[in-house]
Amino acid sequence: MKCTKCGQPAVINMRQHRLGLCADHFVEWVPQQVQRAIEKYDMFTPEDRVLIAVSGGKDSLSLWDILLRLGYSVEGIYINLGIPHDSYSDVSQQKVEAFAAAHDTPFRVVNVKREYGESIPEVARRKRGRSPCSTCGLVKRHILNEVTLREGFGVLATGHNLDDEAAVLFQNSLHWATGYLARQAPVLPASHAGLARKVKPLIRLYEREMAAYALVRGIDYIYEECPFSRGATTLFYKELLDQLEAESPGAKQQYYLEFLRARADGRLLPADAGKPVLNQCQKCGQPTTAPGTCSFCRLWDVEEAAHEDSNGDS
Amino acid sequence: MADGRLCAKLGLTMKLIYRDQTWELKGKITVRDALKKVGLRPEAVLAVRDGKLITEDVLAGQDDVIRLIAVVSGG
Repeated sequence: MKCTKCGQPAVINMRQHRLGLCADHFVEWVPQQVQRAIEKYDMFTPEDRVLIAVSGGKDSLSLWDILLRLGYSVEGIYINLGIPHDSYSDVSQQKVEAFAAAHDTPFRVVNVKREYGESIPEVARRKRGRSPCSTCGLVKRHILNEVTLREGFGVLATGHNLDDEAAVLFQNSLHWATGYLARQAPVLPASHAGLARKVKPLIRLYEREMAAYALVRGIDYIYEECPFSRGATTLFYKELLDQLEAESPGAKQQYYLEFLRARADGRLLPADAGKPVLNQCQKCGQPTTAPGTCSFCRLWDVEEAAHEDSNGDS
Repeated sequence: MADGRLCAKLGLTMKLIYRDQTWELKGKITVRDALKKVGLRPEAVLAVRDGKLITEDVLAGQDDVIRLIAVVSGG
């Protein structure tokens, strides 16, 4: 296949766009898609300081690379979760450090065990009934929200791509989880005191394109999946959606982007759907749906642990 | 897993490497057909030859070593 723009050998065939691109044109095209999403959804401007949540994976490191190339003011944050299998967390941190050093760009690390006394697997073991994945999600959301606000960043950016979002949408549609459907968006505004603005600049890009971008740009990322994610249902949903995409190119994109349009037009849900009543955590001050203390604070409170149930309310 | 039985059955010659598996296939076929023959979904992997990403329609054959990269990874 030849590059649609210059006739050189293509490195990728994007059937949903009827577009094949060579390496040079592909690494030009990807940031254009990201810039388009940033503008379309009013994510942020060059004046905003952007904090990027980086995991050491292809999506977040590529997002960092793209935002730097686009000239945004960005800083990375890595949360070391203390996952010991094959030194997963430490190897991931090394990938982040190597990227930051090579690009001479600032980043910070929050080490969960050092900061709170236990790693994610340890706290999940203590809190029987809470999976490592839900614990991880809760801890990451809390820390990222807190650092974004405390350090005066205008916005928090994450590396969710279109496949990630489509898989979540599929899961939420299967359960008709209207609350989640109402809140799944490329931009989560700072709608409440204590909530940081959160954005997903990669939502126009397929996971395949992000992997290709990382390869072509020579970004050294953590290739292995998180040991806890093996067999996860979202991976199964991604596979199902990929089968659909193989038969009908563009199906994933249409499924997700049309969902966003339908909801924005009010064709799906009433305008006030999915707006939970938020209280202020008595301990940390962050917004919470729970009365009293939030799930995050209860996670670390050994005395309360015996009394509380295991349902998350992040 | 160098699957000798598969090589003999297909009578082809190129090397496909994916994670800890290796297949040797004889003949000249497209990357897409090679992936299908070894039971991999073409949309789930990217193919790299001589350090360069290639598309699925590329004809590969004798002495080609194709490294396959899983699309879903990390994070």
